Amino acid sequence: MLPNDTPITPELVASHGLKPDEYQRILDLIGRTPTLTELGIFSAMWNEHCSYKSSKKWLRTLPTTGPRVICGPGENAGVVDIDDGEAIVFKMESHNHPSFIEPYQGAATGVGGILRDVFTMGARPIAAMNALRFGAADHPKTRHLVSGVVSGVGGYGNSFGVPTVGGEVNFHPRYNGNILVNAFAAGLARADRIFYSKAEGVGLPVVYLGSKTGRDGVGGATMASAEFDESIEEKRPTVQVGDPFSEKLLLEACLELMATGAVIAIQDMGAAGLTCSAVEMGAKGDLGIELDLDKVPCREEGMSAYEMMLSESQERMLMVLRPEQEAEAEAIFRKFGLDFAIVGYTTDDLRFRILRHGDVVADLPIKDLGDQAPEYDRPFARKPPLAKLAAEDVAEPNDYAAALLKIVGSPDMASRRWVWEQYDHLIQGNTAQRPGGDAAVVRVEGHEKKALAFSLDVSPRYCEADPFEGGKQAIAECWRNLTAVGAEPLAATDNLNFGNPEKPEIMGQFVGAIEGIGAACRALDFPIVSGNVSLYNETSGVGILPTPAIGGVGLLPDLSVMATVAFKQAGDVVLLIGEAGTHLGQSIYLREILGREEGAPPPVDLTTERRAGDLVRGLIRGGEVTACHDVSDGGLAATLAEMAMAGGIGAAIRLPEGIAAKHAYLFGEDQARYVMTARPDGVTAIEAAAAAAGVAVTRLGTVGGTDLAIADIAAISVAKLTEAHENWFPAFMAGEL
Amino acid sequence: MKSAVVVFPGSNRERDMVAALEKVGGHRPAVVWHGDHDLPKVDLIVIPGGFSYGDYLRSGAIAAREPIMDAIRREAERGVAVLGVCNGFQILCEAGLLPGVLMRNAGLKFICKEVKLRVETTDSAFTARYDKGAVIRSPVAHGDGNYRADDETLARLKGEDRIAFRYVGNPNGSIDDIAGILSEKRNVLGMMPHPENLIEPLNGGLDGRPLFESLLAA
Repeated sequence: MLPNDTPITPELVASHGLKPDEYQRILDLIGRTPTLTELGIFSAMWNEHCSYKSSKKWLRTLPTTGPRVICGPGENAGVVDIDDGEAIVFKMESHNHPSFIEPYQGAATGVGGILRDVFTMGARPIAAMNALRFGAADHPKTRHLVSGVVSGVGGYGNSFGVPTVGGEVNFHPRYNGNILVNAFAAGLARADRIFYSKAEGVGLPVVYLGSKTGRDGVGGATMASAEFDESIEEKRPTVQVGDPFSEKLLLEACLELMATGAVIAIQDMGAAGLTCSAVEMGAKGDLGIELDLDKVPCREEGMSAYEMMLSESQERMLMVLRPEQEAEAEAIFRKFGLDFAIVGYTTDDLRFRILRHGDVVADLPIKDLGDQAPEYDRPFARKPPLAKLAAEDVAEPNDYAAALLKIVGSPDMASRRWVWEQYDHLIQGNTAQRPGGDAAVVRVEGHEKKALAFSLDVSPRYCEADPFEGGKQAIAECWRNLTAVGAEPLAATDNLNFGNPEKPEIMGQFVGAIEGIGAACRALDFPIVSGNVSLYNETSGVGILPTPAIGGVGLLPDLSVMATVAFKQAGDVVLLIGEAGTHLGQSIYLREILGREEGAPPPVDLTTERRAGDLVRGLIRGGEVTACHDVSDGGLAATLAEMAMAGGIGAAIRLPEGIAAKHAYLFGEDQARYVMTARPDGVTAIEAAAAAAGVAVTRLGTVGGTDLAIADIAAISVAKLTEAHENWFPAFMAGEL
Repeated sequence: MKSAVVVFPGSNRERDMVAALEKVGGHRPAVVWHGDHDLPKVDLIVIPGGFSYGDYLRSGAIAAREPIMDAIRREAERGVAVLGVCNGFQILCEAGLLPGVLMRNAGLKFICKEVKLRVETTDSAFTARYDKGAVIRSPVAHGDGNYRADDETLARLKGEDRIAFRYVGNPNGSIDDIAGILSEKRNVLGMMPHPENLIEPLNGGLDGRPLFESLLAA
């Protein structure tokens, strides 16, 4: 443990992740050499993870407002109006680096952190999801990481008591050295009872609540802002340890306390713990904060100010309370067996002052730490777009049935049952659509029919090929998945995972993706209300696929007309909504069957997307649709197979006359498309509605039988498809592949 | 009929249970915090699912040693119905109100899925509304649901018709496929599956309802 007056050497500065020019900025700002604690505070506040210094300029270009948006980015989570005086509070956040180092605890504390972000705002968590990306299935570390991350997500969420209702799991060699764990949570609140982090009032008590402070996670945020190399195992002590039991108590105590009206401001201690939470509350409220660390409840003896300020111990909160309600507040926390300590006061001098053993160990300008942290306009280079791959340059399969079987049983397409059966997806009793469909649906407590839909989406291979189109596609697919259950897409959260932004080509990916996301959000009236940026996802110089994961929320006023993907009834007519498939570039077919990752990704025409989606939603809400599924990975053939497997019933399909490229029709991943089924007597009305909306509709065949039979092309039993689809994950995890 | 749901630190399916009792019975149960020593006079006491005390030590072990368990034991001896679901079952076993223990699932993983149960006895206030031998659906969500008892205990449970439910397709390795058991006086039921999560069409079925209807009609 270094003393506070440790000489600040260039090496020490560098080991804190601060660049020489950033250190010079510190010297200019405070007019003297910082103490060790001050250096730690600057490194915590100015790292990429907390300051968004490389991304801020671009994040500002995203649409973040709308008639339903109550609170956009900048708070712990976004808040969106869902009628009846209710609001949904949600956000997604990454825990990539910690999960690679220590998968169970990394994933568990990722879940804990995002749940805390949501209930800090006064919302009771009602749904969790997670987007997970691992290295190649045959990479030696992958199984260990999948096993650890999945049990960590379950271990935390199950004990805390939130249903984990959906998510994504993908495999690609570009994540071999840098997996992605993006955790999403949503909570329900009264629209007029939202709590914010902005402190108000001078001389008010700053209260520390929750678990005690230990040495775990010291420097975690700085670690998360650097590239990895072989020494990564040495970083294990920077990973925090989660305690879902304490978090559940903290949730109940916070909600009970909030109901008393005692809370003026609240901020959870996440990345950079006490430092970040205190600075944020002060800087946002244009107030100074003085903390006396001797008052902070500690788990270990003899902790230095430096360690306490940088600890990332979990399940902790900081609040500014009304002084007259202190005793009432303390009683609530004591009832739950949690710590409660007044550790400081708000001041009017805009300083962030830290005392330890009676000495001032840090005294810094709070605004420069917080909302006036550095900002970069990093150079970026756009990659020229790839040429479109013509269908005639892609070989047809010799055996369509075998190709489809291989696709539904491939690592990225196989059933994720092995994963989600380890997550409690039923707790709270409101789960109306379980994992495995287009979107999860959760009823709003206190209502019979009103529900919310949730979906996480991104296709990193599209983003790699064309960041702009890939960014558009991530938003469009999320919007489409919400639409496919009948929900009105309300708003989204983004979790932007990229490599090292100091490389112009990586920055180019980031800029392109943001532009694509922004364009799609504007066209679809789907604002971004919260998010997180995770950069430096590189190991030994190899970057991940650009992965801007999107988490969307939709509103479903009437559960009785919710659509699901499963074929229901023999005789129902199968319809393709949207144009014929033509586009095989970057498709699953190309990769899984031909071993090629080439060409431009499918373009997203946002006008067509909107038109098709609005039509589909209207038809579902009109009660005319018996099943609906969006067309995405694997194209029409995979969509039909998934609907058949979910329903345990086949279909007789006949392709329209004159299809030039059958493989492109069946496996092309053209956007803005859905497959739906309807009773025979309802089809004419659907066709008329589609014609009126200017959306193409094609009769593909009828539901029925035990086979998915595509006339003159393939016939394959649903049982056989299901076997391939269900078996891959358990066999992979058992080491049988 | 009056009921109470007892909440320990770390309980997390208490809201599901409260909702089920209210939806089926029409009355909101009392919610009793573990630190309250006085149990209200009720006809049914429910210990809900969750992770009391984080399941740290052993599932249910810490909660089982709390003062409120003495009050519950006294009420059970008086003949009041006591239902323990999931973590509640674990607590009842740890507290000695029911025999046996619940160990880590045989597959070593948490399992959340719908399973099938066979109703083995209708001779209790909990199961009277089912048909004997009926196969019903119920969700499970647990990591420690592997019921174990010694041979003598198992023989008694069978001989005294105290096995309430058996799994059809055992998910966790429980001995003799046991999913739920009754006390000697048949007024205490412990079960791992969650009938409270299958009581309305939204849940995909209604097979949990008869359990609450039996109790609330009693």
